[in-house]
Amino acid sequence: MPEIATRDGYGTGLLKVGKNPNIVALDADLSDSTKSQEFGKAYPERFFNVGIAEQDMISISAGLAASGKIVFASSFSIFSERAFEHFRNTVARPKLNVKLCGSHAGFKTGEDGSSAQCIEDFAVYRSLPNVAVISPADAVETEKAVEFLASYKGPSYMRTTRAKVPVIFDSNYKFELGRGVVLKKGKDAVVFATGPLVHEALKAAEELDKDGIKIYVVNIHTIKPIDESLVIKLARETKAVISAEDHNVIGGLGSAIAEVLSKNSPTQMEMVGVKDTFGESGTPEELYEKYGLTSKHIINAVKSAIRRKSK
Amino acid sequence: MDTKALENKAREHRIEIIQMIYDAQSGHPGGSLSAIDILTALYGYKMKFNPKKPDWEDRDRFVYSKGHACPALYTVLADHGYFSREEFKKFRKLGGMLQGHADRKWTPGVEFSAGSLGQGLGFAIGIALAGRLDKKDYKVYCMLGDGECEEGAVWESAMAAPNFRLKNLIAILDYNKVQQTGKVKDIMNLEPIEDKWKSFGWRTIVIDGHSMKEIVSALDAAVKDGPTIIIANTKKGKGVSFMELNEKFHGKAPNAEEYKKAMEELNA
Ligand SMILES: Cc1ncc(C[n+]2csc(CCOP(=O)(O)OP(=O)(O)O)c2C)c(N)n1
Repeated sequence: MPEIATRDGYGTGLLKVGKNPNIVALDADLSDSTKSQEFGKAYPERFFNVGIAEQDMISISAGLAASGKIVFASSFSIFSERAFEHFRNTVARPKLNVKLCGSHAGFKTGEDGSSAQCIEDFAVYRSLPNVAVISPADAVETEKAVEFLASYKGPSYMRTTRAKVPVIFDSNYKFELGRGVVLKKGKDAVVFATGPLVHEALKAAEELDKDGIKIYVVNIHTIKPIDESLVIKLARETKAVISAEDHNVIGGLGSAIAEVLSKNSPTQMEMVGVKDTFGESGTPEELYEKYGLTSKHIINAVKSAIRRKSK
Repeated sequence: MDTKALENKAREHRIEIIQMIYDAQSGHPGGSLSAIDILTALYGYKMKFNPKKPDWEDRDRFVYSKGHACPALYTVLADHGYFSREEFKKFRKLGGMLQGHADRKWTPGVEFSAGSLGQGLGFAIGIALAGRLDKKDYKVYCMLGDGECEEGAVWESAMAAPNFRLKNLIAILDYNKVQQTGKVKDIMNLEPIEDKWKSFGWRTIVIDGHSMKEIVSALDAAVKDGPTIIIANTKKGKGVSFMELNEKFHGKAPNAEEYKKAMEELNA
C-alpha cells in the first residue's frame, strides 16, 4: 500500500475544486504544512494568507461566505481552535458556507510535541449546531471529501494529519456524508474507527482472523452527523462495540457512539483513544505505542469486549 | 564592556543548535539562529537567576513566546547548568526533557509552555503584575517573533502593559523579517513597527540584534519608566549563509550535506 498524508489529499482536492471561480481559500501562514499552497499557487488571486491570525481568518471567511463565496480555510487543527468562538458565533450560528480544515491533528503529529497534538477537535466542533465534522482515513477519502464539500452548503470542520498513512481507497471511492463505510464484515465484534486508526483496525482484524475472531471494521469518516442506524444495527448484531480514534476518549467518536447506543441499544463498549492526557515529543509510531493507539491495543479492546459480553 | 566572551559563546551555541536539530532531524533552525545572540546576552550578562533553584522567587523571568525556536533557549540553559548537554541528543525524542516546543512542565529553567504564538506577552504581564503585588523587584523579559506580531492577542497585551503601568516588563522583538511561509513584509507588513508600539504607550529601543555591544547597552537601558520594547533587527538563520532570510529553514532540519556546510561556516 502506498502511503500519503491526508493533508496532501486536502491539497490535491482543493486544487481540483479550485477550477470553480467561486471558491476561495484562506490560510494563516501554514499553507506549506496544510497544503493549501497548491491552490495558492494555481489561483493566487483567490488565495488569502492572512498572516498568523486565525481569528481574523475565520471572520474574513465568514464575510466572504456571506457574500456568496465558497470558502475553504485551513490551519493546524489546534490553531483553528484559537478561533473557535469566532467559528461558533460568526460562522456556525448564521450557517455560513465555510469549510474549515485543521491539519496536524492527534498524536500522529509526533515530534512537535503536546502543543500541536490536537486531541479535542472532535469534541469541540461536534458540540456546535449546524457543523458537519469529518475525519478522513486516507488521502483519497480526503480528496473526495473536499470535492463533496465544494458542493455542500453549510459550515464544516475537517481534520487531517501530518504523517503519511496507507492509502485504503481507490479513485472510484464515493464520499457520502454521514455514512459509515463497512470495510470488513464480521460477527463477534465491531470496531468503529476514524482517521489513521482505520488502518490500525484493519491490521487488528487480520490478526484476529488468525485466532478465529471475526470483526467488523467500519470507517466512520463523519463524526457528525454520525451514522446512527449503522451504529445501532452492528451493535445489536455483535453486542461488542469498540471505538478507535486519535483523539481524547472524552467527547470524540467513542462518545458520539455511546450517545447513540445509550439511547437506542445500550451496549458494552471499549474505547481506544487518548486516555485524557496531553502528549509529548516522539515519533508518531512511538507515541501510538506508548499511548495505546495501535492495532495491538485494538486487539486487546476487542478481546475484552467479547469477554465482557459473555459474562 | 568587553563583549568578546559573549560573542564566542553565541558562536558555540549556533553550532550546538545546528547539531541538535540535525540529530533530531526536525526542529526550527531559522528562528533559533536569529535569537541566539540576544539569549546569550540575557542569560550571560543581564538576568539574575539560580540554576540550582529554578523556581527561586526573586529570579528574573524570561518568557520565550516564540518557543518553536527552543533549541536556542536549550543551549543557553544547559550552558548555565540547568541540565546536562547530554539532553541535546534527546531533543524531540520520546523520553527526553527537551520538547519540540519549550515547555515549563518538562524542562527546568523554562518559564513558559509555548507552542501557540501570541500568548507569551500576556503571560509575562501576569508575572509582572504578580511581582508588583508581592513587592518583588524582579524583571520580566519576553521575546516575540515578528510573524507572531500578526496575532491579535499580541496587541491586546501591547495595550494592557502600559495601562497597567508595568515598569518591570521588557519585550524583545526578534525582527528577523521572515515567518513560516515567506517574508513578513509580503505576507502582513508590520511597518511602521516602532510607531505602532510607541502609539500603544511603549518606550522603544531599536538595535542591531546581532551586535553584542548594542544588545548589552539596550538591556542596560531598558528598565525605566513604563514597559520597554527592544526592537532587534535580526536575520532569520543568521550565521549559516543558506539559511539566512530563507523561509525553507524555518522548520526544517539540514540534511547531511547542508549540515556539513553549516558546520564549516560556523567554524565548528
Ligand atoms: C497561534 C499559532 N499559529 C500558528 C503557529 C504555527 N507557527 C509556528 S512558528 C510560525 C512562524 C512564526 O514566525 P515568527 O514569529 O516570525 O518566528 P521566527 O521567524 O522567529 O521563527 C508559525 C506560523 C503557531 N505556533 N501558533
